[in-house]
Amino acid sequence: MQTAMIGLKLFAELAKSKQRVRVLTFGIVIGLVCPASAFTAYVSNEKSNTISVVDTDKMETVRTIKVGQRPRGIELTKDDKHCLVAVGDDDTIQVVDAKTGEVTANLPSGPDPELFTLSPNGALLYVANENNNTVTVIDIERRVVLGEVQVGVEPEGMGISPDGKILVNTSETTNMAHFIDTDARKIIANVLVDSRPRFAVFKSDASELWVSSEVGGTVSVIDPIKREVTKKIGFAIPGLRSEAIQPVGISIKKDGKTGFVALGPANRVAVIDGTTHEVKKYLLVGQRVWHMSFTPDEKYLLTTNGLSNDVSVIDVASLKVIKSIQVGELPWGITITKH
Amino acid sequence: MSRFVVLVLAILFELTAAAQAEDPLEIKIGYLRRPQQQETISLVQMPSPDNGLAGAQMAVTDNNTTGRFLNQRYLLIDMHLKTGDDPAAAVHQLANQGASLILADLPADDLLTAADAGKADRILFFNVGATDDRLRQKDCRDNLIHTAPSRAMLADGLAQYLVWKKWVRWFLVVGSHERDRLFAAALTRAANRFGAKIVQERVFKDTGGARHTDSGVVQIQQQVPVFTQGVPTYDVLVVADESEVFANNLPYRTWDPRPVAGSAGLVPTSWDASNNLWGGIQMQNRFTEQYKRLMTALDMQAWTAVRMIGEAASRQNSADPSVLLDFLKGPRLALGAFKGQKLTLRDWDLQLRQPILLTDGRTIVSISPQSGFLHQFSELDTLGYDRPETQCKLQ
Repeated sequence: MQTAMIGLKLFAELAKSKQRVRVLTFGIVIGLVCPASAFTAYVSNEKSNTISVVDTDKMETVRTIKVGQRPRGIELTKDDKHCLVAVGDDDTIQVVDAKTGEVTANLPSGPDPELFTLSPNGALLYVANENNNTVTVIDIERRVVLGEVQVGVEPEGMGISPDGKILVNTSETTNMAHFIDTDARKIIANVLVDSRPRFAVFKSDASELWVSSEVGGTVSVIDPIKREVTKKIGFAIPGLRSEAIQPVGISIKKDGKTGFVALGPANRVAVIDGTTHEVKKYLLVGQRVWHMSFTPDEKYLLTTNGLSNDVSVIDVASLKVIKSIQVGELPWGITITKH
Repeated sequence: MSRFVVLVLAILFELTAAAQAEDPLEIKIGYLRRPQQQETISLVQMPSPDNGLAGAQMAVTDNNTTGRFLNQRYLLIDMHLKTGDDPAAAVHQLANQGASLILADLPADDLLTAADAGKADRILFFNVGATDDRLRQKDCRDNLIHTAPSRAMLADGLAQYLVWKKWVRWFLVVGSHERDRLFAAALTRAANRFGAKIVQERVFKDTGGARHTDSGVVQIQQQVPVFTQGVPTYDVLVVADESEVFANNLPYRTWDPRPVAGSAGLVPTSWDASNNLWGGIQMQNRFTEQYKRLMTALDMQAWTAVRMIGEAASRQNSADPSVLLDFLKGPRLALGAFKGQKLTLRDWDLQLRQPILLTDGRTIVSISPQSGFLHQFSELDTLGYDRPETQCKLQ
């Protein structure tokens, strides 16, 4: 549906130009090739050294791409043409052609890259290097390192403000969210959070920053202006001991009204009210849930389940888990095409 | 006018500079140790002279990285006791140097002398080396935290796995030294708790002699089968030999083809250089790069103690031992130590709750508590002496 609409829009806008005929053909071809609402999800499989390509319409794995060793962090470039995947044991971030599945380049990520994020314009890559306590800034196009920022011990989570001006990095042993000015490439503030912070994400209106603490078992809601924790979200699941509740991945809807937190070995995703920050529901997914990604229409949320080797599909409107999709061994990261 | 502006700017600059130069909160940690030079049977397991200390040093570096952002500075003072030195005098010396927190790698009696000597100066101690259960039981102290697991915790961790494997018929072989007997007692207690049966117990006498000789292997190959002959049917040989006299000579040489566990073979421990789970590989990499050797359990226990101090000091912004102890005992401690879950303190005996790794020295075979060993409060409390069993009265 989305693809068809984009095709139509494209056609309507460009039909006025001289390239009318060509565009018309292009639009029709897209309409024919891609079934309505089919997005593509790319799942990194930490153990099998592959990416599983999942068709979100068919809800099945349609292809498997071989990559380097221990793939974890994964993102598509803004044009969806390339898939970037951090292959930690090969000390690089590989650029995979999303169409052909071929590895076309290696980025100078520094040792053992795990998580990274793209600048909003898609030109820069910010990588957390756990081994030497730095965040590396890479020019994707030129494949060169532009700079490094010294942060706390074992940097991991990377969140970027919607305007790209502030990068937030979390350090797992220092237990802080470091606010980095992306122009000056300097730390401008540090916020102490609970143990082993692993993931950071801004709301799309930049009003809040959420940071998950895996060992502490909480999500800290941070005011990005005052740079202080305004609320700590805790979790309690009947029958589960607190040590098993280990928040990692976070996905927040564009309207900021609902957030989802993956709880690791608790095998559940918590649904959070974005305004009151109360936990509304726990959804049972596969085992050892790591990270999540919305389809662009936010109809579905896909989760990677490390121990059960599958992806759970959550229907966002009904808050129900509707399907499990088999992928490779130890699925970890996930990214979904925007177009 | 412009001069006024310059003046104001100058004052502002001075004020900012003064604020930045505010003295950092200094946290001095003593590291008190007695040389326990011990020969090991395996050449690759010989302890390095900085065994333990290196772990503390790395955690100080980690704490200082955090401290950079919080204006806190951590310092480590290494104090090496020689034979005959009085631990109490060393404690006073450390106190005079400003250390209010002391990591101790000392035998049980020395440790108690040190802890009692530190009471007057309100020093908080961290036992990083001694596994004696009595330090957590009748000889416990309210100024002594244990990051080293107790013998009971190690034995329980091993027993849960052996029972899960259904290797429940044990042949127990015990060394002839006091600490070997203490570990054997912990193993016997574990067998009773988890449903294993000791079919026979034998003592292996330490008759002296060198552990390393040019042709010793020939004799060992002859002696061990003879020693392990004629045992009633058993599933696993469980050995208690903390003194490193014979245990590592047992695997592959027993009369009956049986696995070995305990002080050799499958060994329960708080840490092993092969542990790459839960981000542990980052820890191993950092350690190896800095100290050019592998990280031991003692290194990890010392690292954990210093990180506990850092965790408490950064949350409470204080170096006061009683403020730190209150935080560490309380529900807010959630220490990350590459064990797959948060670590906390047992408030009844100040023992750190922690999973026990089972290793063959090359890989992690399993991690206890094993699933199915349930507990109403924390499954980690299935390891060691639980609250209802404690004889500890903290004072």
